[in-house]
Amino acid sequence: MTFFTFPHPSRRDLLAGAGAMFASAAIPRWASAAEARDPRLVVVILRGALDGLSAVAPIGDPQYADLHRDLALRWDGEHAALKLDDFFGLNPSMVNFARLFDAKQAMIVHATASNYRERSHFDGQDVLESGMPAPGHTDSGWLNRAVAALPKGERVGAARALAVGYTAPLVMRGPAPILGWAPSGLTPPTDDLVGRLMDLYTHADPALARALQAGIDADRMANKSGMDALKPGGDVAMQMKKAAIGAARLMSADDGPRVGALAVDGWDTHVNEGGATGRLAQLLGGLDGVFATFESELGPRWKDTVVVAITEFGRTAHINGTIGTDHGTATVAFLAGGALAGGRVIADWPGLRTADLYEARDLKPTTDLRAVLKGVLAEHLGLSADVLARAVFPDTIAVKPMKGLILA
Amino acid sequence: MTVTSSKWAVAFNRFGLGARAGESAGEGDPQQALLAELATAGGARLEDPALKSTPQILVEVYAYDLRRKMERDALALGLLASKAMPEPHVAALLFPEATPAAAPAAAMAPEQPPQQQAFRADAKARLASAYAAPIGFVERLTAFWSNHFCVSVAKSNIGRGGAGAFEREAIRPHVLGRFADILLAVEQHPVMLNFLDNQQSVGPNSVAGHYNQSGLNENLAREILELHTMGVGSGYSQNDVTQLAYILTGWTIAGREGKLGEPGTFVFNANAHEPLAAVVRGRLYTEDGVAQGEAALGDLAREPATAEHIARKFARHFVADSPDPALVERLAKVFRDTDGDLAALARALVEDPVAWSAPPTKIRDPWQLTMATFRAFQRDPSDPGPALNALNVLGMPLWQPGGPNGWPDETAAWTSPEGMKTRVELATQFAHQVKQAPRPLTLVDEVLGSDVSDATRLAVTRAETVEQAYALLILSPEFQRR
Repeated sequence: MTFFTFPHPSRRDLLAGAGAMFASAAIPRWASAAEARDPRLVVVILRGALDGLSAVAPIGDPQYADLHRDLALRWDGEHAALKLDDFFGLNPSMVNFARLFDAKQAMIVHATASNYRERSHFDGQDVLESGMPAPGHTDSGWLNRAVAALPKGERVGAARALAVGYTAPLVMRGPAPILGWAPSGLTPPTDDLVGRLMDLYTHADPALARALQAGIDADRMANKSGMDALKPGGDVAMQMKKAAIGAARLMSADDGPRVGALAVDGWDTHVNEGGATGRLAQLLGGLDGVFATFESELGPRWKDTVVVAITEFGRTAHINGTIGTDHGTATVAFLAGGALAGGRVIADWPGLRTADLYEARDLKPTTDLRAVLKGVLAEHLGLSADVLARAVFPDTIAVKPMKGLILA
Repeated sequence: MTVTSSKWAVAFNRFGLGARAGESAGEGDPQQALLAELATAGGARLEDPALKSTPQILVEVYAYDLRRKMERDALALGLLASKAMPEPHVAALLFPEATPAAAPAAAMAPEQPPQQQAFRADAKARLASAYAAPIGFVERLTAFWSNHFCVSVAKSNIGRGGAGAFEREAIRPHVLGRFADILLAVEQHPVMLNFLDNQQSVGPNSVAGHYNQSGLNENLAREILELHTMGVGSGYSQNDVTQLAYILTGWTIAGREGKLGEPGTFVFNANAHEPLAAVVRGRLYTEDGVAQGEAALGDLAREPATAEHIARKFARHFVADSPDPALVERLAKVFRDTDGDLAALARALVEDPVAWSAPPTKIRDPWQLTMATFRAFQRDPSDPGPALNALNVLGMPLWQPGGPNGWPDETAAWTSPEGMKTRVELATQFAHQVKQAPRPLTLVDEVLGSDVSDATRLAVTRAETVEQAYALLILSPEFQRR
């Protein structure tokens, strides 16, 4: 991770922390006049399906506390939710996002979902990132096609072929050239993967379970005595932050990429999800750090920036038998950046009574996530509704770009 | 070919190097498919005109070593000041991407030393051969015999440059041939003679011995009896070792100046040979130059203990750490009855019901695991760096075992806590590097087969990302074990 000690990494430097990947695309400089807007867009893919009801809690909904029980956020007490308005409270781990929200530089879209209505992570991520009507399209992502559709001009930063490196997030794959990117070393396995593997071995191969457990224990002891910096999982928030720092420094350069994508794993909280504190809160704290990092690292360019965080789908409104939540449907999208007309929670709230839920179990989607993304691409990058409906999100003429997300 | 039944899973995992996704389904009888692979023309041979022969490699290594020596001498005399080439860092040369410091070093030394070039070329060819094999049984046999008669790149520049050529020239042509032939080819190969120090072994009563140019070295003779043929504790004596060592004196490598023969070839140096009759295992070998040793090796190849030793090791490698004694005896009988026909031995294993019914208790060693992973995901190892790096971190660097007894073959040796942790780390990294691969569940069906456990299928299904699903697939008991 020596890379992160350098103030201005070259574009060939390779980025990423565990479970976090970064890719950026060279885009044409379509506005050459010094006074013209020079927008930056970052898309953060939260893989694993974020529980929107624990991230941005509808505390004002009378059903919420019963549904989310021990995990429910509250207005009062220790770890009280951060008040966004009279209805919605933000997870207390997201203090920076709350600050940006108050400064009208952040907003939330709630009860939103992509066009995908099944509950497979892989298919859901495909649809979310490809922007296609159905799963199975893994050649290119909507963000890359958006970049490719921008007016041709001077290439910002020569795109270099990827030498050795991790694959780009699907959202950023496609015809537009992508700058070099990759991890700076062995990506440590996440605690989540190790947990799943221990579960599998315990059921299917106790001998391997014992060996792996011993390896993990030895690692923990080594870490406790400070002898070994590598440990499975590591500090998830720190890893996210490292990836964000690298990405933000690249994008803050005069000739740096204008559009970037970052993927963060770990949101699949079936077991011991936690609420105001716990596993999900840790992850949200990491995401909060990503927003804060882009804000601080981009400096004066923050005013022209939008960072969008989206996930493949939400989770069940009910808590399951292992104090977590299972795969669901609608959830939240986070937007932050100085270019936003922020300070709002955008939601056509569907309610949480059983009859209000999608298939009687999930928060019902009332806002098409593609409309939000189209709105950002239209107002922030200047793409036409026609291009957005044909090239970027094919077959979506009926999905109108949401208006008024970006400051005029 | 893909796994279409549990029998195909046995073929790919126990006998082969793993299924490859996206190819035509495993069709017909897997047993017949394995026998067909054994019958393929060319057998285990690896014929690539770009690869150099041992003498070609050794001539370059001699020149390199001489140049280095002259530089050192010059430096010692203060004539060359600081112009000496930096010692190339092996890891940096192998994996330039892994060590940032490699870049300036490479700039200063634009040409890799010849032994390093040869190593890389042969490593690449071995990876390609294992990657391309339909099932991989013949490549597994090659790895088995290469490990049985191992040399090490850590021994010397001859070892580093010649280990791949050794496998190509002494092992591969005989993997489906006769044990007596592979034994002779191995013990007369320059790289083995260098590895086990026979190069300098001199008979005390020989011409060279009279001039007191060093003396007897028993190393090769001991390992021939202990490891290559009869096996430790099988009844040979210290006297047998010493007598065999006398017999093998003079088996050496022609040097740079070519006084004894074409540089870099095996030669018999009569001047270093003990000029007396010798008795090994109660058999008298009258003095007859190089033929004396050839006769002794031929007899050792036909010792009943050799058949037993090979049969047990063979069954242990392919079937179980403690193989069924009846299976071992059946294999030993085939070995004896066919005068050590190794193709017949392999066929006997494939045709033995126990080899198909025994549970998959063994774990893939790092070589098998690495190749199975590359094959499953159709990741071409034409850049050998990542696969070689995987072998290094998993503790099985190519052609570099810890000693002449080769890599361990017991499951426990490869399932240490640290080893398992490293497998998890590598699988995670590999999964993140997958560029194009079928959907995880498709891969489960094609690579692990339809009989995969519910636990594994569920774990892959429930993974939160495709990368995590791939990592879980690689780490599943069905993929790790064989």
